[in-house]
Amino acid sequence: MAFMKMSSPHAHRAGDTGDVMKQVILACTPGLIALSYFFGPGSIFNVVIASGFAVAFEAAILKLRNRPIGFYLNDYSAVVTGVLLGLALPPYCPWWIIAIGVGSAIVLAKHLYGGMGYNPFNPAMVGYVVLLISFPLEMTQWASPRPVLEQGQSLVGPLSALGQIWLGIPIDGYSGATPLDLFKQNDSQLVEHFYTAEPLFANARWAGAGWEWVNIGFLLGGGYLLYKRIFTWHTPVSMLAAIFIMSVVFYDGGSSHSGGSPYLHLLSGATMLGAFFIATDPVSSAVSTKGRLIYGAGIGVLVYLIRVWGNYPDAVAFAVLLMNFAAPFIDHYTLPRTYGHSSARRATEKSE
Amino acid sequence: MTRIWSIPGGVHPEENKSQSLQLPLGEIPLPRELVYPLSQHIGAPANAVVTVGDKVLGGQKIAEAKGMISAPIHASTSGTVVAIEDRVLPHPSGMSGPCIVIEADGEDHHVDYVGDENYLQLDRETLIERIRDAGITGMGGAGFPTAVKLNPRADQPIDTLIINGTECEPYITADDILMQTRADEIIKGTELLAHLLGNPDRVVIGIEDNKPAAIEAVGVAAKDSRVEVVSFPTKYPSGGEKQLIQILTGKEVPSGALPASIGIVLQNVGTTVAAYEAVRYGKPLIERITTVVGEALDTQRNIKVRLGTPIQHVLEHHGCHQNKVARLIMGGPMMGFALQESLVPVVKATNCVLVPSKQELPPAPPAQACIRCGMCAEACPASLLPQQMYWYTLAEDYDKLEAHNISDCIECGACSFVCPSNIPLVQYYRSAKGTMRQMAIDKEKSDRSRQRFEFRQERIAKAEAEKEAKRLARKKAAEEAKKKQEAAKASGETAPAGNTKADIVAAAMARAQAKPVSPEEQKAKLERAVISAQGRLDKLQTRLEEAEGEMKDKLAAQIKQAEVKLTEAQKKLDDFKPDAASNNSAPTADDPVAAAIARAQAKMTMAPDEKLRANIESLNKRLQKAEEKLSAAQAQGADTVTALQAGVDKLKEKIATAERELAELGPVASATAAPAEQDAASAAIERAKAKAAAQANMSPEQKLRDQLGAMGARISKAQDKLQQAQADGADTVDALQMGLDKLQAKQEKMREELRVLNPSAPELNDADNATGSTPTSEEAPQIQDAATAAIEKAKAKAAAQASMSPEEKLRDQIESLEKRLQKAQQRLAKAEAEDDDNIDAFRAGVEKTQAKLEQTRAQLENS
Amino acid sequence: MFEYLLNNPFLGALVALVSLALLFGAVLGYAAVQFKVEGDPIVDQIDTLLPQTQCGQCSYPGCRPYAEAIANGDAINKCPPGGQSTINAIADLLDVEAPTLDEEHGEESDVKKVAYIREDECIGCTKCIQACPMDAILGAAKQMHTVIGDECTGCDLCVEPCPVDCIDMIPIETTLGTWKWDKPATSHENILNLIASDRQPVAATQQETSPKEKAQTEDEAA
Repeated sequence: MAFMKMSSPHAHRAGDTGDVMKQVILACTPGLIALSYFFGPGSIFNVVIASGFAVAFEAAILKLRNRPIGFYLNDYSAVVTGVLLGLALPPYCPWWIIAIGVGSAIVLAKHLYGGMGYNPFNPAMVGYVVLLISFPLEMTQWASPRPVLEQGQSLVGPLSALGQIWLGIPIDGYSGATPLDLFKQNDSQLVEHFYTAEPLFANARWAGAGWEWVNIGFLLGGGYLLYKRIFTWHTPVSMLAAIFIMSVVFYDGGSSHSGGSPYLHLLSGATMLGAFFIATDPVSSAVSTKGRLIYGAGIGVLVYLIRVWGNYPDAVAFAVLLMNFAAPFIDHYTLPRTYGHSSARRATEKSE
Repeated sequence: MTRIWSIPGGVHPEENKSQSLQLPLGEIPLPRELVYPLSQHIGAPANAVVTVGDKVLGGQKIAEAKGMISAPIHASTSGTVVAIEDRVLPHPSGMSGPCIVIEADGEDHHVDYVGDENYLQLDRETLIERIRDAGITGMGGAGFPTAVKLNPRADQPIDTLIINGTECEPYITADDILMQTRADEIIKGTELLAHLLGNPDRVVIGIEDNKPAAIEAVGVAAKDSRVEVVSFPTKYPSGGEKQLIQILTGKEVPSGALPASIGIVLQNVGTTVAAYEAVRYGKPLIERITTVVGEALDTQRNIKVRLGTPIQHVLEHHGCHQNKVARLIMGGPMMGFALQESLVPVVKATNCVLVPSKQELPPAPPAQACIRCGMCAEACPASLLPQQMYWYTLAEDYDKLEAHNISDCIECGACSFVCPSNIPLVQYYRSAKGTMRQMAIDKEKSDRSRQRFEFRQERIAKAEAEKEAKRLARKKAAEEAKKKQEAAKASGETAPAGNTKADIVAAAMARAQAKPVSPEEQKAKLERAVISAQGRLDKLQTRLEEAEGEMKDKLAAQIKQAEVKLTEAQKKLDDFKPDAASNNSAPTADDPVAAAIARAQAKMTMAPDEKLRANIESLNKRLQKAEEKLSAAQAQGADTVTALQAGVDKLKEKIATAERELAELGPVASATAAPAEQDAASAAIERAKAKAAAQANMSPEQKLRDQLGAMGARISKAQDKLQQAQADGADTVDALQMGLDKLQAKQEKMREELRVLNPSAPELNDADNATGSTPTSEEAPQIQDAATAAIEKAKAKAAAQASMSPEEKLRDQIESLEKRLQKAQQRLAKAEAEDDDNIDAFRAGVEKTQAKLEQTRAQLENS
Repeated sequence: MFEYLLNNPFLGALVALVSLALLFGAVLGYAAVQFKVEGDPIVDQIDTLLPQTQCGQCSYPGCRPYAEAIANGDAINKCPPGGQSTINAIADLLDVEAPTLDEEHGEESDVKKVAYIREDECIGCTKCIQACPMDAILGAAKQMHTVIGDECTGCDLCVEPCPVDCIDMIPIETTLGTWKWDKPATSHENILNLIASDRQPVAATQQETSPKEKAQTEDEAA
């Protein structure tokens, strides 16, 4: 009998990249449910529309690049990009904003760099930042969460949501500032007073009505992925730890110049989404465990710096992109110590 | 409880160990044909010691170890060697290699194994020699000769002996069943190895905790021994040599070093039993336990199989469903290699034959893009960064790969196993490692090549320089000779006969010049030269008109040369004319005779008064000297005073006479003294002339005679020597005989010449007699005959030549010269075509021959 | 003085700039002297990267002359025996874009070859010995010659001069010792090959693609 030449190993663990991506999408559900519960169906529309655009863009550009479309769509990476961008965008934003964001993410950030696995920057965050810089007005309008709605006002319904998204029919008075935005504008009141004065905080347990639960939802999803060993704990934990430490150090006892409590920073904005779904994007992050600790901590510190002293209320996208720049540099200095070697080497070191 | 360390990374593939443990250890019938690859271990292939047709018994050595790291091979049953040829090897490449093929006779006779019950009493060397002779190699998969491992360097004391019962690969249970069934022998073998390694402090058997039965059995057997049995959590690849060392000792084997460098030796349990059997029972390694497993088989179990059994035979006895087989793997699913051919045999390192179905181990799905998820890095037991190495392999960046320690990859396959994109990472590393190995070899070779090339360049340059130096030296010598010759020519009359001091070349030239050539002759010669040069020039010019291209340039150059020659010839002629006119009788000679003549003639032509004055002067000088001597003698009171006084007086008188004569002569030349002087001079001239004539007369014949005599003496000497050599039986006889023959031939030639000169020369007969009396008397007549024939021929030739008119002679010469020229030109053309080094020499030769030819032609024309 | 300069901004700027220029010039000059790097001469480094076949296909009489030529600005893609890997290495060293091999000077062959003299046909002319830049041919006039296979670089130079054409260039056979795994021709690469700018030389990939992998590609295409 004659057989084929094959290299070992012959056994293989079940699951492929597509499965990994599907797990990531699945892990987004708690966060998405929380978003929908507190802000209406906007985020669901966002996610669906963004995913649709992502697949369409991916297919189009694969066609253009003369690649097998089915093979590459099967890895679900485009869907993940769409879902993450959809989660990050404000609910009820017009469809063309989503289209531009997804287009930038898939075409600019991913395929112009060589496609899956070759992109140095997180595609979803590139798309988000393009939108944030280009359309600051649309990007900072966030729906008001359920607890702070005034008497008689209800959440945006699906129909009016679709009207706003596709036809540009404005919905009245649905939007307000995000907790981080609000907190940033405070420069005269003590934190304690400020919290009781603002309904967004007054109706919340830790860090802004609705937002805290959205973040807890993403935290749960992240926990699931960790349990599934989709990624290692290093990046999210070091990122959250860095934010925590920064906010404790600069809490300032709740004065009018306070940087905000650790609760506020950990449980509002895109902190948990960023920690578990954005910063863990393996393609654009550092590779070794030590490197990932540094990478995560870098993101955490940058997030805090930009939130408190920068111009933008939230900063996950910028922080992640900035650390994407630094990832190769981190890799260079964080090669693990190999078995049988007394110390780690540098990536450029010549033979001993 | 013994401390256990953990290793980084690792994976948990499905164990699949139960299938093969359902049935007890089995056996299969002997195959008809057994195949023994000569290279089934790490190191040099063994050397076959049987030939086709030999009958062999089981256990008989059929191939011996070649070199230090090698192992012998033994027949595993009785039969006949039917072939020693290339067969497909159990190797991932699927390549063929030399194998001994034995046809079993089915009787399974074995040699008598000589064991030793008290083997522990034997000394270490003997024991290790027995293990080496038994052909035992590592049976866990790598196949490193065991005896080498048991013989660590003296500066590396061994403090730990680890017996590897880990068997971490899925499916394989060969070691498991061995430990379950032969625990006692494992312990005895372990103690033997410990004994051989100088009783290390720690002797430990490491077993993964998924083999409780084996742990139990070995634990019981080891109860009363110092052997420690350690179990540890199951994780692939904890059975790797380096990993097991880390688990059991916490130490790491330094990169690129052997475990012995940190005082550890590690052996597989199977090897341990084999070593024990070799020493205790004298049984060589001819069979082993192999797991035969996989869903494509009806029977899955462990079998005791003879080495050399074709896997096809094994499969046939386990109910293999060919259509179900996804692949055929030797070894486990993680590190085993896929065989391309089922006819390959079971070898010493075959611990498993895995025949999975397509559902069991499906073919790898197509690889997707690497998403740098880092799962591979988590799984890597060597703490490498597999994904980075993958990228660098793709980019062929071997410097980076080196920096990422790719050489420390143990190819365990954990990274490929976990890769969600199904990238065959291990194959990438293997190919990169192979390329890097090849590059290292190439680099070494290219360095060596550079060295060789540079050495060659140097050598050629040196040779060239030497050649050039020689050429320069020759040129210089020629120039000097030319200068001297010109100087001699210029000072033709007064040149002293001091040429003996000049170098040989110059002397020869001078002699040539000294030949008494009449001015007329010389003039004629020069004129001829001019004419021939002109002729040549004309000829070349006509050819130039016809010629084209490259040829034209060549011809133009030749014309230029010819022109130069022509002007030279003409100048010489012009120089010669006034010379000849002014000094008719002046010979250009400077050999002693001619010199003497010249001096005498010079004296003759001197004016008488001048001569007198010179005389007076010299006389005055003599007087002065004599007076000095006289005064000295007077002061000492010697008795020579009177004699001296007389001398002085005489001299004074002479001076006075001379002065008187001079006064008499006055302004007019005196005729009285001159004639006397003139007479003396002419007498001298006469004498010299006579001498020269005499020399000229006697020379050729006389010379030849002299030479002939000398030759005769040499021949007789040579004959003596030859005789002695023959008597002694020396091996120089041939050489001497050859020398003698040569001498005799020479003698013959001389005699011929002499005969031409003087047919009645008495030496001829003498010589003939001498030849006749040579000890090699049988040859003598022949020689004599030959000699006479030659003499006859020479005589005829001489006669013919004599009868020939000078014209004919010249024609003859021209003909032969033409032939030579033709030949020379051919050679030159060939040399030019091939760009030979000797081209210059050839060209010079052609030119010389041409010149000679032209000269002869001119002579012919003149005559 | 200082005031004067303040009152004449042009002069002040001039003085400031000139003194700055002098200062930086001095610093740079000091640095150049103090931290001078004594590197290998570039020619040596290039020479080490060349394959040392001395084949002359680059039109220079040996590898070192070509290394010198490269150092003087000649193209780095004239070495067929070294092939793309040598070009890449030199490009890396010189920090330039790696061009592809200039086919004018010959093609890169996948298999290494060595010269082999059919010994019964050799007439002992020594021409090949003189041609061999490596001194890798043994023999004497009128005696049979033979090639030292280990020293032969496969440069081809001995084939042409042989008057009886008894020299063959035979590929070096892979042995168990030199065999290595091929780089897997993954579907990934095959897909890359679909677009023109990514395509690799067809011959090279076809050889590397084993039947199974070909089948895979077909599967994907389907």
